[in-house]
Amino acid sequence: MVGAAGCGADCGPAVSLRVALRHAFDGFGLDVAFTAGPGVTALFGRSGAGKTTVVNAVAGLLRPDHADIALGQTLFDSGTTHLPPNKRRIGYVFQDARLFPHLSVAENLDYAARFGARAKNRDQIVALLGLGDLLGRRPATLSGGQKQRVALGRALLSAPQLLLMDEPLAALDAPRKAEILPYLERLKAESAVPILYVSHALDEVARLADRIVVLDGGRIRADGPVFDVLADPELVPLFGVREAGAILPATVTERAADGLTRLTTSAGDVHLMGVHAAQGDTIRLRVLAQDVMLSRTRPDGLSALNILPVRISHIYKGDGPGVALRLMAGDDPLLARITARALAYLDLSEGDECFAILKASSVAPTAISGAQTAPV
Amino acid sequence: MMMDAAGWDALRLSLLVGVTATLLGVPLATWIAWLLARGQFRGKGLLNALVHLPLVLPPVVTGYLLLLTFGRTGPVGQFLENTFGLVLAFRWTGAALAALVMAFPLMVRAIRLAIEAVDPKLEAAARTLGAPSWAVFRTVTLPLILPGILAGAVMGFAKAIGEFGATITFVANIPGQTQTLPSAIYALLQVPGGEGAAATLVLWACVLALGAVALSEWLARRVAARIAGQP
Repeated sequence: MVGAAGCGADCGPAVSLRVALRHAFDGFGLDVAFTAGPGVTALFGRSGAGKTTVVNAVAGLLRPDHADIALGQTLFDSGTTHLPPNKRRIGYVFQDARLFPHLSVAENLDYAARFGARAKNRDQIVALLGLGDLLGRRPATLSGGQKQRVALGRALLSAPQLLLMDEPLAALDAPRKAEILPYLERLKAESAVPILYVSHALDEVARLADRIVVLDGGRIRADGPVFDVLADPELVPLFGVREAGAILPATVTERAADGLTRLTTSAGDVHLMGVHAAQGDTIRLRVLAQDVMLSRTRPDGLSALNILPVRISHIYKGDGPGVALRLMAGDDPLLARITARALAYLDLSEGDECFAILKASSVAPTAISGAQTAPV
Repeated sequence: MMMDAAGWDALRLSLLVGVTATLLGVPLATWIAWLLARGQFRGKGLLNALVHLPLVLPPVVTGYLLLLTFGRTGPVGQFLENTFGLVLAFRWTGAALAALVMAFPLMVRAIRLAIEAVDPKLEAAARTLGAPSWAVFRTVTLPLILPGILAGAVMGFAKAIGEFGATITFVANIPGQTQTLPSAIYALLQVPGGEGAAATLVLWACVLALGAVALSEWLARRVAARIAGQP
């Protein structure tokens, strides 16, 4: 247990972060309002969308022109208040680890304790992040992934009431990313404090987030449960046609000898390879919109094994040759992108029943999360 | 190496003046350097110009201004004498003040460069971990600028023991009282047959300067090694 162990089972009701701020830069205005409850809230946007400004304002490192920010009963910012960063009880994990170069790993981890913020479960956090062997080292001798683990531990050991993560994986290469992500998933599963996770990578968001706030040009474009927002066809242009894709919750039901795993979704079974989760685990499948094909009739004699009956719930015709569709597969939404010509040929409209074909190989192993999906 | 009592006095006095100016100057220079590097206030440009003035003014002018201000009839000099019984003019304390004023811009420059090299993001990270701003300076900024402070201290010390123009204008050249190494060398060169004794003092001046540089190099290397990860 990470966050929860700090206060035990008799922790009060989980607090929420309330943010409303306006801030003007040169030729750019930020105007956002949202709430982040328990679990992971992703703050998603392309670079320059204003994500880091929002997080720095929450941390108190930046004082916006107008701000109303509160964590539970604690007022951070208002017209008259500006609580200094050191009094906010936040843990901030930066994109660049920002370890103190003149201090050892252990001294970095215990830095917050000098100022009275001491987590009771130091040993557990050190073990969870695998930091035991690094304690005597200096930051200059650590790899990028190790540094980021230490930075995460340092933030957790300050016994924060709120965790801020500003693209903690963006500076890492793919193997290092794969090294840290499982730690973040365990943290998410065990932490009781709200986590605000800034990212411009949809695959991270799909793996970790419970809610997502989509920032675009300083404004909020969408805000809601991650399963709904990622399946919103109108956001496909913003997410990018190659990146857009819904999350399909699936439970591992059988691991076959040929390497394929049978997973059960609310719309039926799918068979995938490269799934590492154990039988009975519920995982998140990220199904890219461009990897979903549609058919009027149940196809026969096709090499693809994963065919789910779906109902078209929303069609969004953008400016380009493509059309994005929101499909209901059982209780879960899927996103598909086909050409406008194909849509006209199939004569599909909202409310129609049809079949979605997913190729088993269309789900990359890194896109498959072993963590439990949180109830949304 | 043969040296008479006056020579030893000059050497002793130079060390006393140099150490005093450095010990008093470094904390003050660190504070001013921090204000100039990180502070946001009106009059920053003026403060910067004031600090650097002794570097560009003729030393004799600086010495004369010190005499006007800190002399026994000067406003500050009178105040110091009446309140603390401290007399600066024509005393070794005045020589230390002159050395301090002349060395100050060099110390501020070195320390300011070191502060500007510290990533403000590290200081921001310390704030989020619960450190009040004074503690951020003590636990993050100060350890990281230590090499710069050492460099500033050595430059300041070398400048202080070598200061001549402002010192001789402010406190004259009284053997045993205000006669430092440079003024002793100057005095010896004014009399016939003084070259031998002057050469000995010149040698000492070189030894002091080189020793200070070597000491700072060694200390800076130790600090750098500590940061780089060797225990």
